Amino acid sequence: MQNTRYLQRYSDADRINHWALVIFFFCAALSGLSMFHPALFFFSALFGGGTWSRILHPFAGVLAFLFFCGMYVRVARDNAWNPDDSVWVSRFRSLAAGHYDDVPPVGRFNAGQKIVFWWMAICLALLLITGFIFWRPYFAGYFSIGWVRLATVVHSLTAVGLILGIIVHIYAAIWVKGTTRAMTRGTVPESWARHHHPRWADQMTQQKR
Amino acid sequence: MSTLQSLDIAARSATTLPSPSVRHEAEVAKLIDVTSCIGCKACQVACMQWNDLRDVIGDNEGLYDNPRDLSPASWTVMRFSEVHTQPDRLEWLIRKDGCMHCEDPGCLKACPAPGAIVKYSNGIVDFISENCIGCGSCVTGCPFDIPRISKKDSKAYKCSLCSDRVAVGLEPACVKACPTGAIRFGTKEDMKEFAAERIVDLKERGYQQAGLYDPQGVGGTHVMYVLQHADQPQLYHGLPADPKISPLVALWKGVVKPLSVLAMIGAVAGAFFHYMKVGPIESDEDKAS
Repeated sequence: MQNTRYLQRYSDADRINHWALVIFFFCAALSGLSMFHPALFFFSALFGGGTWSRILHPFAGVLAFLFFCGMYVRVARDNAWNPDDSVWVSRFRSLAAGHYDDVPPVGRFNAGQKIVFWWMAICLALLLITGFIFWRPYFAGYFSIGWVRLATVVHSLTAVGLILGIIVHIYAAIWVKGTTRAMTRGTVPESWARHHHPRWADQMTQQKR
Repeated sequence: MSTLQSLDIAARSATTLPSPSVRHEAEVAKLIDVTSCIGCKACQVACMQWNDLRDVIGDNEGLYDNPRDLSPASWTVMRFSEVHTQPDRLEWLIRKDGCMHCEDPGCLKACPAPGAIVKYSNGIVDFISENCIGCGSCVTGCPFDIPRISKKDSKAYKCSLCSDRVAVGLEPACVKACPTGAIRFGTKEDMKEFAAERIVDLKERGYQQAGLYDPQGVGGTHVMYVLQHADQPQLYHGLPADPKISPLVALWKGVVKPLSVLAMIGAVAGAFFHYMKVGPIESDEDKAS
């Protein structure tokens, strides 16, 4: 068996940050969903009941936001949009049908990953702002009832938007074989990188040589 | 208040299935005749006594309103308004404020905790404190700014219309204590009839705009007022002229809630079947192995 060369895709700190974010996102999402629809109230059992869900939800949310800030600092630059990304998006239909070769070569992140990243950033910022407006008992008292009502409905809609984004994020990791390894182990085989992120693979190997 | 087995439940917060509802109960209402209220606060005292509530002693702010506002331990408060209804005429309007027991309660609609708010089939809207999670959504939903969250236990409180007394055939404590008969209690139908007579009376005495306050924007209420200036309810310490559940709350709890759950389930199902139809994206090596 030939020796596989591995490229470092995420550092140890990247991965720890990401998985801490995952934990707090799920705490916030499940406790939030328990207060969103009666059919999902059973999620509150995971946190010790309805009252505990209500108490813990905002803290989990703030922690998730802070860990996202950590991710932001790490990967925002590589998520900057460039013209090729627009081409990628225009050919996404063909990609989704399984024709991988129709999209232009991508760098560290493809356009789909970038859209999900910026979508998460916008949603989390909105969730943080609106969440403070009706956080009882600490902050809701500083806002008028009109603001509380607006914040509540925007918070709900944004949360659903974020959860949909996360579903896309998780599915993409299941769909594209070999990608999960990058976030669990930190490295990917060079051949995988050449296939999925050829420009990034070039950058990485040029630096090494 | 805890749930009362002897009262049927017409609506229960965050609950999708029907609650016990085989009994036949007439709709009740409390009628507050503002025009015969003398502002003695006997109703406030009776409310405190029956419900074992003792609010903290506040400060004198130069107003008759005492306590200054509704609170977790003050479920009813007399609101005193000095208004010029005509340039040379000062009127002292005294309104007993508290929960209106809406037919379509915004608090119940907004509440995410199963069974924390119920509407009995007789129309009384009651907070079941043991199920309350303290989120404050009832405050967000209420068009009358009534519920108050306790700093002691983070639970919401408001007038129960003495549901425990009504369940055993008694009138609410405030009704019992009122010395002028300004507060009455009975079936909603009887109270409307009584109000109609009183309004005729008031009109004969020169109050041409006298009328009943039973706002239809919330489906009517089980606490109604006879007002001498029914055309201007806002004179009575800002009583809303046309209260409705806020469109934002209606949007949140109406369309957004079910559609969002559908969208989330749809996204997961879509992803699952996409995988089953198209299969994964593999690099050449994966395919070979």
